[in-house]
Amino acid sequence: MQTSINEPMEKTGNASQHATLIQPLNGQSLNGVKTHISVRNLNISYGNSQILKNVSIDIPDKKITAIIGPSGCGKTTLLKTFNRLIESSDGIKIEGEVLVDGENIYGKNVEVTNMRKKMGLLSQRPMPLPMSIYDNIAYGMRIHGIRKKSILNERVTYYLKQASLWNEVKDRLHQPATKLSIGQQQRLCLARGLAVEPEIILGDEPTSALDPISSQRIEEKFVELKDQYTIVMVTHILRQARRIADYIVFMYLGEIVEHGPAHELLENPREEMTKEYVKGVIS
Amino acid sequence: MFWRKFEERLFNFLIRLATIIIIGCLFVIVLTIVVKGLPAMSWDMISKSPSGGFYLGKEGGVLNAIVGSLYLGIGASLFALLLSIPVVVYMNVYAPTHSKFAQYIRISLDILYGIPSIVYGAFGFLIMIYLGLKVSLLAGIVTVGLLVLPIMARTMDEVIRTIPKELTEASLSLGATKWETAMKVLLRQAFPGILTAILLGFGRAIGDAASVIFTTGFTDNVPESILQPAATLPLAIFFQLGSPIQEVVNRAYASALILTIMILVISISSRLLSRRFNKNIIK
Ligand SMILES: Nc1ncnc2c1ncn2[C@@H]1O[C@H](COP(=O)(O)OP(=O)(O)OP(=O)(O)O)[C@@H](O)[C@H]1O
Ligand SMILES: [Mg+2]
Repeated sequence: MQTSINEPMEKTGNASQHATLIQPLNGQSLNGVKTHISVRNLNISYGNSQILKNVSIDIPDKKITAIIGPSGCGKTTLLKTFNRLIESSDGIKIEGEVLVDGENIYGKNVEVTNMRKKMGLLSQRPMPLPMSIYDNIAYGMRIHGIRKKSILNERVTYYLKQASLWNEVKDRLHQPATKLSIGQQQRLCLARGLAVEPEIILGDEPTSALDPISSQRIEEKFVELKDQYTIVMVTHILRQARRIADYIVFMYLGEIVEHGPAHELLENPREEMTKEYVKGVIS
Repeated sequence: MFWRKFEERLFNFLIRLATIIIIGCLFVIVLTIVVKGLPAMSWDMISKSPSGGFYLGKEGGVLNAIVGSLYLGIGASLFALLLSIPVVVYMNVYAPTHSKFAQYIRISLDILYGIPSIVYGAFGFLIMIYLGLKVSLLAGIVTVGLLVLPIMARTMDEVIRTIPKELTEASLSLGATKWETAMKVLLRQAFPGILTAILLGFGRAIGDAASVIFTTGFTDNVPESILQPAATLPLAIFFQLGSPIQEVVNRAYASALILTIMILVISISSRLLSRRFNKNIIK
């Protein structure tokens, strides 16, 4: 992987010598920041409309990265390229590379299911599976071959605790997951994702359907979990990005306008567009 | 103002009219069957095959047709189900979203649905001649199975299409294959709809007369093998109605009553069954 992250940025006229810019070499670090996901010259189009334009970005390991930008700028699309869910759309064209742990996940020999297992996904609307609370967590483990009841029990408990849901559901593990409140459902989805032991957590506006308290719990959880997981979260709530993100990617009309450490991007944006977005002029 | 009130009134009137027509039809049909059929109803009707003087209004019953119809209805429904599930899973899980090919399959099924059942019968007959098959339960099951395939597949398809895409994505993102997602998540979520589809198919299979004339034939015996011809209730009704003897005509109504009750029992019991599975469904 020789392409430098700086190339596309130069093309779009961005300052490329940012002090803490993530290093282009995968898995290597110069400023103590390791890269977990690298996107290289990614172009995505539906028919003849281009959704992502030459996107190159490095997502730092064990940090919270927030993808922000106005509606329709391609945030969800970018997120879905990380676990190849984007492929399930008809007429989509994908060019470029997405490297996870240095391996191109669009490569020929990639086992999609194994690759996806590396990433938990939280959607905008919590989507419990149509089964009991217990089975929701056990689903992924069973698929990956864990059958022993005692191991399942133990892990279900563990991950429900991880998602701070255990106390609320321990007496009704075999009730339908749909009986839970929306906020609880989202934590269940988090526990379900964690149960397949991913390295990365992807969230597409994971708090947008939740009430403030539930949102806060998810945010707290993310901060807690970033020691162990790389977290990438799409959000349209600037304050949320400010609260929990370490790194921010700002997109506009399918392009990455600016990316950098959260405080720098928010306090000191280099691009005019970012400034306006952060100020709330464009949204 | 006047016009809006008039609109409202008119529509109210139409709602009532439509309801009355539907319920009225059902009522009149059921009433006719019960009033005319009940006197001819006897234990012999459902426990004996036609014997000696059956067609002259004497002893025997329609056990041959009851058993034949059940075999045929269940067999054809199972056959159609076995074909529907892969087609529906393909259209909704394997094919890309908005896939043209899946759309062509839907159109084909819709056209097949409109083809009169006598055509299926004739088609089945031609195939039988070609393959050197005799008139038999097997030929009937295949023909009637193909007859009910479109309605079954399309009903299931419409149900599965309403399932939010995020649910599929949730399962895939845990590293499940498409097949696992379809079998363990989508079919479970769509279960009540699938049951409805099977019921619709079964109703059509057990009630159709035209497609079985050339394929299943008719016999006074209870079939002992799938390669023997079999009697069916619709044909039994048809033959008895054509009789100049009043007792035999009454038996046609009794047969119709039996057919109606059979459909009713199966419909109600499967509804009850589905209720037990419904609780996990996400809404
Ligand atoms: N299946 C599709 N077919 C065609 N165009 C699509 C499809 N999905 C998304 N798009 C287009 O891609 C662009 C980016 O969509 P995307 O969902 O990634 O935006 P987003 O940044 O997540 O927006 P939001 O904040 O509203 O969720 C939009 O212009 C959208 O219309
Ligand atoms: Mg989005």
